[in-house]
Order: sequence, then structure tokens, then C-alpha cells
Amino acid sequence: MSATILVPAADPEPASGSPLGIPGPLLHGLLLLVALAAFAWIVRRRLLVLRRGAPDPRLDRLGERLRRLLVIGFGQSRQLRYPVAGIVHVLIFCGFLVLLFRSLTLLGQGFWGGFAIPGFAGPVYAAVKDWTGLVMLGCCAVAAYRRLYVKPARYHDRLALRSHGGEAHVILGLIALLMVADAVFEATTLAAHGGRSWALPLASLAAFALEAVPDSARPGLGVFAFWLHNVALCCFGCYLPVSKHFHVITSLPNVFLGKLDPAGRVKPPRHGLPPGAQPGEIGVRRLADFTWKHLLDFFSCTDCGRCSDVCPAYATGAPLSPRQISVKCRDEAYAAHPVFGRPPAGARPELVGGLIEDRELWACTTCRACEDVCPVTIEYVDKIVDMRRFLVDDGRVPAGMQKALGHLEKKGNPYGKPGKKRGEWVAADGGDCGVRVLAAGASAPLCFFTDSATAFDPRIQRIGRAFGRLLRAAGADCGTLGADEVDSGHEARRVGEEGLFESLREQNLQALAAREVGRVVTTDPHALNALRHDYRLGEPVLHHSELLAELIAAGRLRPFALADGRTYTFHDPCYLGRHNGVYEAPRAVLAAIPGLRTVEMAAARNKSFCCGGGSLYLFREGEGERRMGELRIEQAELAGAQVVVTACPFCLINFEDAIKTTGRTGRIEVVDLAELLERALVTAAPPAATTGA
Amino acid sequence: MKQVLVIAERRGAVLDEGVFELLTAARALAGGGGRVAAAVLGHGIGGLAAELARGFDRVFAFDDERLAEPDGDGDAQALLPLLARGGFDAVLLAHGNLGIDLAPGLSVRAGMPLLADCLELHWAGQSLAGTRAVYGGKVHARVVAAAGGTGAMATVRGGAFAPAGPGTVAGEVVAAALPAEFAPRRRPLRTLRPEAGEVDITQSERLVAVGRGIEDEDGLQLVRGLAAALGADLCASRPVVDKGWLPRSCQVGTSGVTVRPKLYVAVGISGSFQHMGGIKGSPFVVAINKDRAAPIFGVADVGIVGDLSEVVPALEAAIEEQKG
Amino acid sequence: MDIIVCIKRVPDLAEAGLEIAADGRGLRTEDLDFDINEWDDYAVEAAVRLKEQHGGVVTAITVGDEDAEEVLRRALAMGADQAILLDDAAFAGADPFAIATALHACIRSLPFDVVLCGAVTSDGASGQVGGMLAALLDVPQVALATGLEVDGGRARVRHEVEGGLEREVEVALPCLITAQSGLNQPRYVSIRGIRKVADVAIAARSAGDLGLAATAVGEAGSRVRLEGLLLPPAGKRAEILEGSLDAAVATLVERLRERGGL
Repeated sequence: MSATILVPAADPEPASGSPLGIPGPLLHGLLLLVALAAFAWIVRRRLLVLRRGAPDPRLDRLGERLRRLLVIGFGQSRQLRYPVAGIVHVLIFCGFLVLLFRSLTLLGQGFWGGFAIPGFAGPVYAAVKDWTGLVMLGCCAVAAYRRLYVKPARYHDRLALRSHGGEAHVILGLIALLMVADAVFEATTLAAHGGRSWALPLASLAAFALEAVPDSARPGLGVFAFWLHNVALCCFGCYLPVSKHFHVITSLPNVFLGKLDPAGRVKPPRHGLPPGAQPGEIGVRRLADFTWKHLLDFFSCTDCGRCSDVCPAYATGAPLSPRQISVKCRDEAYAAHPVFGRPPAGARPELVGGLIEDRELWACTTCRACEDVCPVTIEYVDKIVDMRRFLVDDGRVPAGMQKALGHLEKKGNPYGKPGKKRGEWVAADGGDCGVRVLAAGASAPLCFFTDSATAFDPRIQRIGRAFGRLLRAAGADCGTLGADEVDSGHEARRVGEEGLFESLREQNLQALAAREVGRVVTTDPHALNALRHDYRLGEPVLHHSELLAELIAAGRLRPFALADGRTYTFHDPCYLGRHNGVYEAPRAVLAAIPGLRTVEMAAARNKSFCCGGGSLYLFREGEGERRMGELRIEQAELAGAQVVVTACPFCLINFEDAIKTTGRTGRIEVVDLAELLERALVTAAPPAATTGA
Repeated sequence: MKQVLVIAERRGAVLDEGVFELLTAARALAGGGGRVAAAVLGHGIGGLAAELARGFDRVFAFDDERLAEPDGDGDAQALLPLLARGGFDAVLLAHGNLGIDLAPGLSVRAGMPLLADCLELHWAGQSLAGTRAVYGGKVHARVVAAAGGTGAMATVRGGAFAPAGPGTVAGEVVAAALPAEFAPRRRPLRTLRPEAGEVDITQSERLVAVGRGIEDEDGLQLVRGLAAALGADLCASRPVVDKGWLPRSCQVGTSGVTVRPKLYVAVGISGSFQHMGGIKGSPFVVAINKDRAAPIFGVADVGIVGDLSEVVPALEAAIEEQKG
Repeated sequence: MDIIVCIKRVPDLAEAGLEIAADGRGLRTEDLDFDINEWDDYAVEAAVRLKEQHGGVVTAITVGDEDAEEVLRRALAMGADQAILLDDAAFAGADPFAIATALHACIRSLPFDVVLCGAVTSDGASGQVGGMLAALLDVPQVALATGLEVDGGRARVRHEVEGGLEREVEVALPCLITAQSGLNQPRYVSIRGIRKVADVAIAARSAGDLGLAATAVGEAGSRVRLEGLLLPPAGKRAEILEGSLDAAVATLVERLRERGGL
């Protein structure tokens, strides 16, 4: 083996040959023309599907879009949550970027023998490219091995109507073929020069394998390999947009065009309508009712299954697999708008209510785990809400939810309690928690928006009062809207009852406007999200974890040591964490309690697992075999915790339920952050402790 | 001194027990010198008429193959001449499915006022008067039939009157003929009976409900014993069903089945609104729970605070003792 | 097919504290929420499904004041085609017979194949109006329906009968059916759905329009007079049986015996 780096000379001259009796460049031109025409035709047909979609403004804030493109797109930032598949994908992605120039070079060489792209013709690129080819082959082998033998659970969706796994094998085969063909092509030139090199491991390997080939046959073999590579490349290009591998083309645009609005803000029923306009139909019933960007999402889904792998509904056996929403919609888009020929005669099957069943849509708690994990930023919550909007408009609402919605309409809370009793929680235990019920015209620097669970559920009322006493201890003056408050409408909006949401929002905005309040605080992350993002009140709305952290930092609350021998863990509520990015404030409160032993669950922060309370699930029965809350309590136990601290009424209700139903009473406890902090404030006599601290 | 007619309901070939509650009411309304009559409809009902004649002074037996199945529409046609002939100051029916089907139409045709679902009946002067539960049983209404001289009808809630004991009246059985114009307008196709072994709790009059307070399946066995002693069916709140200890068809609540029992014994049930929302018809509610603050005590009529593993067996024993 | 559905607006009693009005004959309504009677909801759903299957026109009728328009709008949003409000001061204080009289006077001038009513209302709870209306219209009726199919001039009805059984019967059209829970699962009516029918005109009819004398309707036309309302004697908080277990159990058995529970 030669020690010098050899620059492969283009000895086999594809451009000078005449395969099939046709001059090489001409034939090559024909190949390219056919391939480009086919590719253009297919992509045009696909884009026509997008043009049928509803409007969706996605070209604002270009700087932020570019940043996301660099981080999530080119930076592949979401890949590594799944280490093996993630690394393989990152390597293949980088490999494609490197080999892009080699492919262009080889296409050029079909016309001109010595064609080279400036900067990509030297020995350095040759070495990089050859190593890349080797790595790519290795990645193909690993990927194929995983698909054929390891079979990770997420590749086999129990709700899939049909498998697209075969397409993955085609693509892996094509990639491998490209690598091998190029290597053989290279090897024939190497052999012509008689040298192999560590710098060119793949080509050298091929040369070694081809030693038995007589010299006379080598140029012919080289030409064959060259044509094989270029034909395979054309096939590869055209196969992408007809398969699930369209993502190779669409995922970078998809990331660039991703949702920049706050994660917790649900899209309006239709973009571009003047305020107050009432569209005749709302929601998504047919494919074309989706926005064009949501259709692009379908094209961009790789069927990787990460979304369903983290979906709590899927994990509990409920009839929902987010990825199947993308896959089924894409299959339907492709079937309804074939690349060649006319659309099939006859009516298409119903999309919502047919291909996508009602119960599939009702199974979602809008926890957003799927969106957070998707490597190409596919949106699910907005789509599911849009499809539910259609179901609600069509009257197709599960019975338990109908009752809760009816109560929301008539009484302003899903429990069906009289609205005038809404402010009674402040003293329902006979005491005074320090929160004032504000009459219209009154003012307070801080307004406690309770939302319905805190106002009416006796267990959750205790959290509200504990928080009130903390505020009083910190010297904060806090009022609440009392009977003028109604439910935030957060869940009503998420189950698709947009009209009800609007009416509740108006009532609350009027109640707020009738009083002079500074900041608004809530113990309910769903209310936080509604007020901050749905009502667009923005930052003056705080979650109690944020306010408590602030009061502790300002020295207005000084917790005493709470070392009871138990280990505490914080459960991130979906609408606090994933939807609003509040991860640090509750942890800061825990850290401020001296002696508190804490541990993180494996699924913490943005990986948190939903309690199962969203989308009015407190008022109806799910279809899962298990309850999400039970799984979450098991996760907490696995982490070694005896106390789960949460900061959301729904989480608390579901976890307390789960502890009872799984017979864990006494072994594990769940408390709200405010309740825990109150314990830490009354454990010791204040004066002694403060001097000691 | 009044004439009172009871329209007897039957379950196939046996009399409905409610007939004897109506007999008590009828005797009270008839007063000392009054007479009580019964009407019974069916095919081959000689035995039933004879049984009625032990308690009622007169029994009108409508025996015809066209009356084989109870039929609120047809039965009204059959009974109309008897009522139209006059002479009855009060006509009583049980406020059950048949009474609801039969009484309103009959009252219109006979030109009689109808007091429905009465808990109590008395005379206000010459007019039939009663008390009935309205607004879901939260309010009682005192009602009185408008004076008109045609007599009045009333349907009576089951359990409102104690059943009369075995009678010794030796009343007269009168074979009543169907009117010539009798033309039933309903064609019965089939009667659906619940499958054997399958308890339909929506129809149960007595229910013992178990909640998450029973901590294991042994607790469930205890409660089964209590239910058997009471002659009640077993139902549950959601957590028990979720554990698979009882089938989904046993789950009472907004997400389960709605029941309308008369007696509801809630064992280890906290009384969430989701569960209580499935209970209709204002039954007598007994609660057994170890948590004195459990909301169930806010809706129950009577309760015992205690450990159900102690209370339930003690109660079962006491009931068995009472039954003798 | 012409389908008529009779509905009523009733107070929601689930969580409400009921107070009897000063005249002792009604409830204080200031703090009450009202909605369509639950059983009437099944009736409307059944009517709309019949229309969806067979075509035709669904007409919703209620007796009440302008507040009662709310339930007619709801019926329209569910799919009813027209709505009639029987509104007259003379209708006040009506018993079920006087209500049936007013409904009859309205319906007799309309074409109909099926009349649907709720089996019972959650307020008065007498379950009489449907059966009385059928008698006045002189059409066959089936009470407490849990299943309904119409085909070729006949209705096949499953309904609850004696002893908790169900029976399937057939009647010729026109007929009257009262809807029991279990007949169907009514569709959801969204706020948007209600807004969409906000401008549909609702026909109002007075007693005079229906050719009824004021003495034939309302309290004057009633056969049963309401003397007054009273709250049931027992306060609604469980009597907690204290003392030893044996004593408590003995008292409980006594209570059960009193209530006929043994």
C-alpha cells in the first residue's frame, strides 16, 4: 500500500464512451433530463396538495426562523434524545451534506471527463468523502440491523393501518448502492494507479475486492459503476417524494416554517379572518381544511415513532398514536392526489370520523410531549384541536364531556356548581386565608385567578388557601374576582369548543377590567396558559411557583429546614413546563427549603409524563387500559421518591387518585408546591429559626 | 263513604306486589262504609282475580286473549266503559311503567283529573287530594283534583303505602267484557328479558354500592354478603370497576350507569359528584364510611362512621336476625 | 315525514339550593339556571334522526314565555326546522292537562306523522303530558321509548314496561312517542351552533291564535290545582348513628325497616 495520497485520476472516462451506441454525454443528458422532469413533476404534484390547504402565515420573524433552522435543522438538536438512532441519523445527515458535492461532481463528469467543483477536487475532500462513504455504509448496516433484528418497539405501532417499513429498506439499499457504486468507480481508478491508501479506506477496500478483476475489464467496470451510481442517484431523488423519505427534502423547510407562536397558544380557527367574523364551518373535516403548513408536516413525517413513543395516551393503551395522524393523512393525500393519472373516481373516505376516528382525537390530553420530541417540529396539538372543532360543531362530543361543557356554559364551571359560590373557597374552612374577594371597582396589586378546580374542588381549595396564607406571610396584598370569575375556558378551547371559550374569555376580561389589578397570579397552569397565551395578557400573568420563587429570592419568605427523611421529586405539569417553559421556578422553591432531599425523575422537565387531566379528562373516562397518573406515580417511585410535589390541580387530583387505586396510600404522597412551602414555614418557631439562619 | 277502584298490575301470571299497597290506600280513601274494587286485565287470569277477591270487595276481570300482554294504549280502551259508567270516586294505579303508559290517556278519555306519582292521598272535601314529589324530590307539592263530580284518578309511588296483609273479604268476581269497539292499536312484537345471570342494575330497586374504601377483594366479599342479606344488587363506583373487581356494567356514575333505586347503601364511597350524578329518583341512602367528612354524608339519609370491615358484617348479622 | 317535538324549559336542580317563592306555589328563580328538560333532549335528538333518515320537517313546540325561546333555539341548533312558542299569560298555572290542551290546539292544525315528547320532566315529574296529548289527538301512543324506528307508515318502538322489562311494539303512523333516557345519546349543541340559529324566526301563538278560550287553558283549564309547595320535612344531612357499633347497627336496621328496606 502506498504511503502517498493518491489523487484518483478519472481514468475510466464515462463521458468519452458510447454506451448502447449513444454518445455518453448525450445519454447522460437524457438520464438527467428524464430524472429532473420526473422529480419536478412529482414535487409539483405534491406542492399542489399544499396549495389546497388553508392559509397559515409562516414567513414572519425570519431571524428566529433561521436560528431554528440552524439549531434544530442543521444542528439536529432533537436527534440525540434517542442515542443510537439519533447518532446514526446525525451521521447520515452529515454524510449527505458531504456527499452532495461528490454527487454533483459525478453528474458533471457524465458530460465532461475532468469535471470538478472548485474546492471539492483536492485530496482532502477525496479523503473526507471516502471516509464519509464508509461511515454511511456502516450507518446503513446499523439501521438495517436495528430494523431487522433489534426491532425497537417504536418502529411497530400497534395502531398502524399499514407499515411503511419497506420504504426504509429501499432507501437504505439505495444509499448503500450509491456508496458501493462510487467506491467501485473509485477503486477502478485506484487500481489503475496501483495504490491503496488509509486516506481512502472505502475505495481501497473496493480495490482489494476487485484485485481478481483483470486489468482489461477495469475501465468497463468503472464506467458501469459510474452509470450505476448516477442512475441510482436519479432513482433516489425521485423516490424521496413518493415515499416517507420526502422528509429528506421537506424537513429543513418544515423546521424553518415551524410554529413560532408560544407553544401553549392554540391556533385560531382560521388564519386571516377579521376579528369577530364567524366562518360558516370551522375545524378540520377534510384534508384540505388543514393549513398548508400542516399538510407539509404530513410530508415531513419520517414515521420515526418518537411522538408515539412519548405519548401518554399511547403508553396507556388509549386509541391514539400521534404519528398515525401524520401517516394516515399523508397516505390519504398521496392516494387522493396521485402523482400520475387522474384522482381515483368516487368519494374519498371520510378523514375525520373515518380514517381518523373520533375516539382517537378525544384520547389526546394536549400534553405536547409529541411536539417537543419531533425532530422536524411537526405540530400535533393545533391539528387535534382543529379536528375537534369540527367534531364539536357536528355535535359529536362524548357524553361525559357534554355534561362538563354544558355546566361551563350555564354555570361557568365544569362541576355544575352555582357560579355565585365561586368566591366562597377563600374561607370555606372557616378561617381567613388573606385573599380578598374584590368587588367591582376595587383594586389590588395582585389578583389571584383561581379557575374552577381551585374554586370548587374541596381538596384543591386547600391549595388556594395555603397559597393565600403564604402571600399574607410575605406581606403581599392579594385579591380575587370571586363570583365574577368564570372558568378560564382553557380546556373548552382545547376540546374544540371555541365559541364557549370566547364567551368565557369575554366574561373574565370584563371582570378583570372592572377592577384595578396589577399582576395576575394563578395556582393552575391551565389558567396560566389561558390568560398568558389565549387571552394574550402576556407576562403580567404569573404561576404561583414563579411568584413564590420571587418572594423567596426577595427574602420575603424564609423557609425553615424540612428534613423529614423523605425524598421529594418535582413533577413538571405539562402546561407549566412544555407549554410555558417554567422549569426553574418550582425547583428554586424546593432548593430554598433547607434540608429537603430531592431527586429528579427520569422523565423530568420537557420529558415530563402527563398526569392525564387535560382535555376535561377529570370529567370523563378514558379508553386506556391504565391511567396516566398511575404510570407517573410508578415513575416517581422508581426514582426513589416518597413525595411527589406538583404545581397543578389536575396533576394533584390524578396522582392522589392513582395512589389510592394502586394501594400506595401511606407509602407515597402528593402535595402542591404551595402546601409544601407552607409546611416549611411553620415547622419551627420563627424567631429562633431566623436568628439561627 | 267512597267507591275506589284499583287497576291491578301484573307481572306475567303473578300480581304486582304494589297492588296491595294500593289496596291500603284504597281502603283508607274508601273509609268505613266505602267499597274498594279492582280491575285486572289479561288472558287466563281467573287465578289472579280470585286472589284479588280476597282483598277487594269486587274484582272486574277482563279476560281476553287480546289482552295477553299489558298495553297502556289497549288497556285504556278496555277500561274506559267501566270508568265512564261512573260511580268511582277514585281510581288508583301504581306509578310504574304501566301506570305512566296507561293513566294519562285513560284520564283524558274518562274526563277525570289525574294526580300523578302521589306519596299520600286524602279527601279535601269531595275532591281527591294528595302530595307529590317535584323538582327531583327536593320539594313536595300539595295538589287537589278540581271539583267536577266525575271522580279522579291517581298514580301512587311504590312504597308510599304499606302493603295490606292477606285479605279475607271474599269479594265478588265480575267478568268484564271488552267494549265492542275495542281495537288495540299496538302490535306487540316481543318482550325483551335480561339474560339470565346478568344483573341490570338500572332496574334494581335496592343497590349496595362499593367504592374505593374496600381495600381489597376480601372487602368486596363482605359487601356481597350484605347485599345478599338485603336482597340487593351490587354496584360500584369507578375505582372498583377500574380494578376489574366488578364489570363495567356495574359502574354507577356520570361515566357509568344511571340507576333509580329506592334504597342505596353506599359502602366505602366518598360521594363524589361523578358517582352521585348516576343516582336518580331520590332513593333512601345509607352511607358507611370511615371518613366523617366524606361528602357522602351530605347526601345520605343515614350513616355510620366506622371501619367497614367491622360495620358491614355486623349490619349483615343484624339484618339476618331481623329477618329471623 | 312531518315530526313534531314538544319540549320544556326547566330549572337545573343538581347543585341548586331551592327556595320556595313568596306565593308558595313556585320556586324563586333568580339563582336558578334553566335548560331543556333532559328527556325532551332525547325527543329532539330522536326527531332529528328521523328527519336525517327519512327527510321531512321537524317542528319544535313549547309552552312558555320569551325565556323559553332558549330551548327552541337549542332544538333548532340540533336540527329542528321550525319552532313555535305558545306564549300567553292565560297559559300560566297550567297543569299537565291544560298544557296538553294548548299543545293539542296547536298541533291539530299541523300535518304530522310522529309527535315526540319527553317521557317526564325534571320539574313537575308527572309524566302525563305525552299520554294526554295522544288521547286528545286520538292517535296511538307508546310511553317510555328506548328504541324507535319508522318504516313504511309504521313505527317500531322498544319501550320500558312492567317489571323492568322492555317490549317491542308496532304502531301505525301518526303516533305519539315519549322518550325515555337510553333512547339515544343527544348530540352536543355548541355555542356556535346556537349563534347560527340566532336569527331564525320563532312563531308565537296566543290562546286566541289557537282558538282557545282563556278559560280552557292555564290554571282555569286545569283539572288538578296546585295548592302549594313545601320543603320535605327532613333536612338533607345524614343522620349519623353514634354510639357503639351494635347500637348504631340496630338503629340502622330500624331505619331500614321503617323505609320498607327489609
